[in-house]
Amino acid sequence: MSFLNNVITGISLGSIYAIIALGYTMVYGIAKMLNFAHGDVIMVGAYVCFFATGSFGLHPVAGVLLAMVVCTILGTVIEGLAYKPLRQAPSLAVLITAIGVSWFLQNSAQLLWGAAPKVFTPVVSGGLSIFGGQLNISYVTILTVVSCLVIMVLLSAFIGKGKMGKAMRACSEDKGAAQLMGINVNSTISMTFAIGSALAAIAGVLMCSAYPTLMPTTGSLPGIKAFTAAVFGGIGSVPGAFVGGLLLGIIEIFAKAYISTDLSDAIVFLALIIVLLVKPSGLLGKYVPEKV
Amino acid sequence: MALLQVNDIHVYYGSIHAVKGVSFEVNQGEVVTLIGANGAGKSTVLNTISGLLHPRTGSVVFEDKDLKGVQPHKVVEHGLAQVPEGRRIFLQMSVEENLEMGAFTQPGSTVEPGIADVYERFPRLKERRKQIAGTLSGGEQQMLAMGRALMSKPKLLMLDEPSMGLAPILVEQIFDIIKELHAAGTTILLVEQNAQAALAVADRAYVMETGKITLSGTGAELMASDEVQKAYLGG
Ligand SMILES: Nc1ncnc2c1ncn2[C@@H]1O[C@H](COP(=O)(O)OP(=O)(O)OP(=O)(O)O)[C@@H](O)[C@H]1O
Ligand SMILES: [Mg+2]
Repeated sequence: MSFLNNVITGISLGSIYAIIALGYTMVYGIAKMLNFAHGDVIMVGAYVCFFATGSFGLHPVAGVLLAMVVCTILGTVIEGLAYKPLRQAPSLAVLITAIGVSWFLQNSAQLLWGAAPKVFTPVVSGGLSIFGGQLNISYVTILTVVSCLVIMVLLSAFIGKGKMGKAMRACSEDKGAAQLMGINVNSTISMTFAIGSALAAIAGVLMCSAYPTLMPTTGSLPGIKAFTAAVFGGIGSVPGAFVGGLLLGIIEIFAKAYISTDLSDAIVFLALIIVLLVKPSGLLGKYVPEKV
Repeated sequence: MALLQVNDIHVYYGSIHAVKGVSFEVNQGEVVTLIGANGAGKSTVLNTISGLLHPRTGSVVFEDKDLKGVQPHKVVEHGLAQVPEGRRIFLQMSVEENLEMGAFTQPGSTVEPGIADVYERFPRLKERRKQIAGTLSGGEQQMLAMGRALMSKPKLLMLDEPSMGLAPILVEQIFDIIKELHAAGTTILLVEQNAQAALAVADRAYVMETGKITLSGTGAELMASDEVQKAYLGG
């Protein structure tokens, strides 16, 4: 049973990574930049939900929605103020700016809400107990996995079939050509940040429901791991973020359970290195040759 | 009044002065060609008209409207479409999705009939509608690029070296399509290095050299001129 338990925990953690990884991969796909502040948007989302439900007594659903609204605004403001002016700048300048934004968010959170960890109240409590109590699955776990699946399905439909989703793909391939089609590249990039940030809010709430310690640095390690998941699956690929996130979660939990808790992160990154050695574009990353 | 008027534009890339006072016009229903050697500044002129580049001085006037400050994605809405150099179709999207992107500015209800029109003109594209554009042959990619531009129902279609990199038989096909579009009343601004073929289809032509227009006239006049014969037609 402990094996099955580990699988479930792995999938649940992996679902959180996958939701976060979507934000990285979509932004990378269109803006060709690593938004290192993405992990900290998760933290802000969790704080918003924490105060909305705890201090203001809002219903958890309202708390999540409010967190999504705040993060969407935050994400688009970050993009507009920090990244948009650097559209033509070297990628190193953009990367350093992103790290700066990350620190800014962490320090602002510390200033506003203090460095002391808060105990997050899960948005749902209780769980299922099956096989005579041998296997316990919390409702948070179920909610996390279901949310991840729903997000994947909706997002894939939007990117695959929606007019703006197709415009996102067009911009990610060739911004100049997209402009010649009449697509507003700037607002498409903004929209991508908005979607990624709304998803970050959901991830933040789910993550803190499963691992209820909330502090200003809460988003940073999961952020880096989700970024790893995005690279693992093939940066820029939406299904890649999904697969990469799930695999990473499972590998991490299995490494913790069967090898060593201390080494689990090292093992996760080792797996990444092996994948990149075998397939440099990641598991589902694709390369389409240009014909003349 | 001309459909498109380019008035004495100067365009720079940083400190590089790429276009040095170019003026020309395109009238309704005409095929006008801009020919010239590598690096003459032809693509720079087209990209300036499309709003991707901005002239430091001079103006681009389309249907009596100065396009100064109009963002590139808005230029399309004014009725200007460009098939860029190297085609630049969306290689990872399907043929049909590429056409849909061409109709981005059009109301949803006109997209289907627009696609049907393009398929009628380019039956090859219809056979390959679900195929990923990156797997098309060069000629098919050029047809897709032209079809995609036509999806916006442009008043002026700008083509940047549509024959580039194509086998002679395909070059001929592309120029046949240009003739058909002309006969159907489409106004075309054609940039070419293949002076022979371009002059043959053009009502009027301009020759560009290092950022300036050095000659102009009807297609037939330029075809017969000594300078053009020597420099571009190997005569
Ligand atoms: N992005 C750029 N940065 C700097 N210089 C550029 C840039 N693009 C073009 N140029 C320069 O501007 C000049 C005109 O280039 P342009 O591409 O307009 O020429 P062209 O006539 O289209 O040539 P071709 O027939 O080879 O396409 C060239 O000298 C070129 O080197
Ligand atoms: Mg050119």
